[in-house]
Amino acid sequence: MSILIFSLFIFVLACFIGFELISKVPPTLHTPLMSGANAISGITIVGALIVTGGEGGLLTQILGVAAIIFATINVVGGFMVTDRMLEMFKKKGDDK
Amino acid sequence: MSQFLPDYIVTYLPDAIQLIYLIATAFFIRGLKLLGSPATARKGNQLAATGMLIGIIVTLFDQQIVSFEWIIVGVLIGSLIGIILAKKVAMTAMPELVAVFNGFGGGASALVAWGELSKFADPAVMEASGLVTTGLSIFIGSLTLTGSFVAFGKLKGFISGNAITFPGLNFINIASMIGVVALIGVFTYDPANQTVFWIILGLSLLIGITSVIPIGGADMPVVISLLNSYSGLAASMAGFVLGNNLLIVSGALVGAAGLILTQIMCKAMNRSLFNVVFGSFGGDSSSGQVSGSDGDKTVRETSATDLAIQVAYASKVVIVPGYGLAVAQAQHIIKEVATKLEERGVQVKYGIHPVAGRMPGHMNVLLAEADVPYDQLYDMDQINPEFASTDVVLVIGANDVVNPMAKTSPGSPIYGMPILNVDEAKRTIVFKRSLSFGYAGIDNPLFYTEKNQMFFGDAKKSLQALNEALNEI
Repeated sequence: MSILIFSLFIFVLACFIGFELISKVPPTLHTPLMSGANAISGITIVGALIVTGGEGGLLTQILGVAAIIFATINVVGGFMVTDRMLEMFKKKGDDK
Repeated sequence: MSQFLPDYIVTYLPDAIQLIYLIATAFFIRGLKLLGSPATARKGNQLAATGMLIGIIVTLFDQQIVSFEWIIVGVLIGSLIGIILAKKVAMTAMPELVAVFNGFGGGASALVAWGELSKFADPAVMEASGLVTTGLSIFIGSLTLTGSFVAFGKLKGFISGNAITFPGLNFINIASMIGVVALIGVFTYDPANQTVFWIILGLSLLIGITSVIPIGGADMPVVISLLNSYSGLAASMAGFVLGNNLLIVSGALVGAAGLILTQIMCKAMNRSLFNVVFGSFGGDSSSGQVSGSDGDKTVRETSATDLAIQVAYASKVVIVPGYGLAVAQAQHIIKEVATKLEERGVQVKYGIHPVAGRMPGHMNVLLAEADVPYDQLYDMDQINPEFASTDVVLVIGANDVVNPMAKTSPGSPIYGMPILNVDEAKRTIVFKRSLSFGYAGIDNPLFYTEKNQMFFGDAKKSLQALNEALNEI
């Protein structure tokens, strides 16, 4: 089995897990969910690190650093703003 | 960082990294699961963030990484910008921020694929599968980048919220997309051909712009969800390029999540995804026709004092907030009114339509910010059976989502859209500046029914007046 096919298996299975996980979320949480999921898509930072830290010419370095900056904004900003939103969700009678 | 480790550990390093990636993936899945319930959501988000941190740290031990200066610079700059954006944003501007983050995520994935490609002096040594996924990653990532920024511009008002379109635009878009896919094929056979690469990149960036520009402001929630899905897919494609399972799985999770949310939004507006993307419907100005309302069009007005008496002696009041409430910054004052009513023993609930805000669940966040407890927030399916037993419904800054024409008038543009059945309540009060139309540009027969009273004026001022009047009862 080639690596591509193997990766494709993982990809498709992960899609199914994603569908299962999200379809039961109540509408109240859709905005935090979207921004949280968005932050997870910043996982591409892992790829950005590998590209930037590896051997490569000037072009590779520039593209890599730009990718790191973009992905870090996505990750750090995304998780922080989601936390800020969820912090506000309180049940009746909860302490402030 | 692998050079700092003793040799006997380095031997096992590649496998160890993969295993720790697996742990990070588990954190993401568990985190997303916990995000599904208000009580555990915060923990879920923190869990996902922890997974991300684990993934990043363990990657630094990858033997491919030999220098760290630029990594540190990039992470510092990115963190700083991210922190500032996350701290400063007003909750009403949440859709804009999510759009921007989407754009950065998609852009980063395109850059990763391009960066990986640039490492090869002769790209022809790359495997065909690597070249295809590189092309796809650049395609999806780039269109997510420009599309998100157009969506941001529309939400912010820099770009007209109206559907900007001209005959043939849809055709051009579809042709360009097919063109890019074909060019990716060419690129796979002849990766050394720079021209093909640049055309793929340029066309992809252009498609992002031309495919979002014709979509109206009212449909931006759907677009943002869809772009969210794309940014996940782009990350997944970048994972294929690098042969990195962590990227493939996490990207796929996000891609699926975005697609589900897109579907939910479409259903809430009774539109098919095809219709949103190619239909050019919905502007931010009202320019429709009045139809099906030739009869009696008198409206009954109410005053703060009169309304105060009605709600104070009711046993059940449902508040239906729309985005107009947030525009008027009236979330806090509505909470005060609700608290006063509850102290009098009135049962208060909030009925929230899925498209009440400007993105899915946006209204819930805005009300949470005003300290409204989430167990008082009811979604459409939960609240609709309750209207028949409701004494007073306060409709504040909402219009189309309570328009009975969606049920009664097959010729209406909103026909078939699920609505909040406020007309089943004993009395409805509509807070509104004037009798102008909503997003869909149509009149609302609810305003003219006998059970309805209008409270004209700015939502915040009207609620303040109501709040004061309640003190005097």
